[in-house]
Amino acid sequence: MEKFEVIVVGAGLAGLSAAYALAQEGVEVVVIERGDYPGAKNVTGGRLYTRPLQNYLPELWKEAPFERPVTNEIVTLISSDKSLTLRFRSDEFARPPAHSYTVLRGTLDRWLSRKAEEKGAMLVTKNRVDDLLKKDGKIVGVLAGGEELGADVVIACDGALSLMAEKAGLRSPGSPHDYAVGFKEVIELPAQTIEDRLGLKGQEGAAQLFLGDLTGGKFGGGFLYTNRSSLSLGLVIRIKDLAEGNPLKEAPTFLDEFKERPEIAPLIAGGEMVEYSGHLISEAGFSGLIRPFADGLLVAGDAAGFSLNVGLTVRGMEFAVASGVLAAQAVKQAREKKDFSATSLSAYQTLLDDSFVLKDLKTFQHAPAFLDNPRLFQHYPQMTGDLLQSLFTVGLEPKQKFSTTIREKVSWSEAWEILKDLRKGLKV
Amino acid sequence: MSPTPNMKAKLGKNVFKPGKEKHITIRPGFEKDPRLKAAIYACPAGLYSENSKGEVELDIDGCLECGICRIVCGTEVLDWNYPVGGVGVQFRFG
Repeated sequence: MEKFEVIVVGAGLAGLSAAYALAQEGVEVVVIERGDYPGAKNVTGGRLYTRPLQNYLPELWKEAPFERPVTNEIVTLISSDKSLTLRFRSDEFARPPAHSYTVLRGTLDRWLSRKAEEKGAMLVTKNRVDDLLKKDGKIVGVLAGGEELGADVVIACDGALSLMAEKAGLRSPGSPHDYAVGFKEVIELPAQTIEDRLGLKGQEGAAQLFLGDLTGGKFGGGFLYTNRSSLSLGLVIRIKDLAEGNPLKEAPTFLDEFKERPEIAPLIAGGEMVEYSGHLISEAGFSGLIRPFADGLLVAGDAAGFSLNVGLTVRGMEFAVASGVLAAQAVKQAREKKDFSATSLSAYQTLLDDSFVLKDLKTFQHAPAFLDNPRLFQHYPQMTGDLLQSLFTVGLEPKQKFSTTIREKVSWSEAWEILKDLRKGLKV
Repeated sequence: MSPTPNMKAKLGKNVFKPGKEKHITIRPGFEKDPRLKAAIYACPAGLYSENSKGEVELDIDGCLECGICRIVCGTEVLDWNYPVGGVGVQFRFG
């Protein structure tokens, strides 16, 4: 049986970051990827927040093939035939290193894999890891493409569904309540057209989140990210809500209807849809985390549940990079002791606890409970639209005082409900 | 039934490498399971549909390999795996 020091399952951001960091330290590491190339099975919304990564492979991010720095944060509340948009622009977000960048994983992951290979990591593509090899209860390698490969440590970076963590007994198959489906279209448009339509200064970019009628009151929302010469447009909807409840509608229909809305249609007009993708997203936050280590095994990135939706920010990729680097550090420590048992590898948990990964997940541990409120996804966007409609309208009848209009639209019991939800929101 | 013409056109934009085996199959006897009916609504590629006998069918061509149906239906209903290496959707943009 061929044997390596470390086998990484999956060439995503977690796996490639771990491989880079290990190779840099002279550790023998092979990354096994089932796609034709790194990124072939990977999908993001999406954007990457770079500042948390200043301590994780900092030399890399200056030259990364990002799309556009996000300087415009846009939030749109959508009701049946109305919408309200808030747009925040900041020079500070543009100052290098920019606060966040839009990314396409096809480009980013291939680039990162080349960087890892330059450091000495080995990459095997077109190869599916079928199982973990176990001996005396310890994980001692993998079965890939019918071949047994041994390793001191296996790092499972096989994404949100992580069959590896499941095979290791660290997690059970997820519940529809804790996961959402993200699906998106990449729509090509000339860079100048994107800048004109989104009102962007030069190479700058925008990230727009949509909340309300577009998901039919279901937990979720829409997103639009500007890439260099394409738009990433999609929806995220919780699986449980798609599978049951009113309206019962096929997921793709929500996206088709979203594209026809007046807030979206002019932005994508004349663009060419070049790819359609779907991805699983953990929405459980802190409560969905698993124990990310076992005898001979570490779990990083989405596979360990490291993703965080707090409404205004949706994060995962920087957790993937950081957890990959920390997994590499834990391996390095275990290697010095020549002890790859769970006890030795539990150093990974300590490293995670001391990092922004676990700190942020813990700080926002109440976010999923706050977001689990149907009023957020239907009632508030609708009420906001109705109220603004009345305030802006000049009709045949003499116009009421604004205070009278507001009292009519927002009853005392309604105001009480709003206060209660606000209080929950402030706890987040 | 299979995906709508609109969805077929969408999926047709993806680079897709066909394989010999179906990587996801409905386990015999579960064709009318309510969990499968939920997959009709949850699958972002619209690959699940109900036939005139009330059985759910899966047309695996165009699968985005997102794993949603595994979460919705569970492994009691579906024999679920990723396609073997070098097979299936190959995202160019992601």
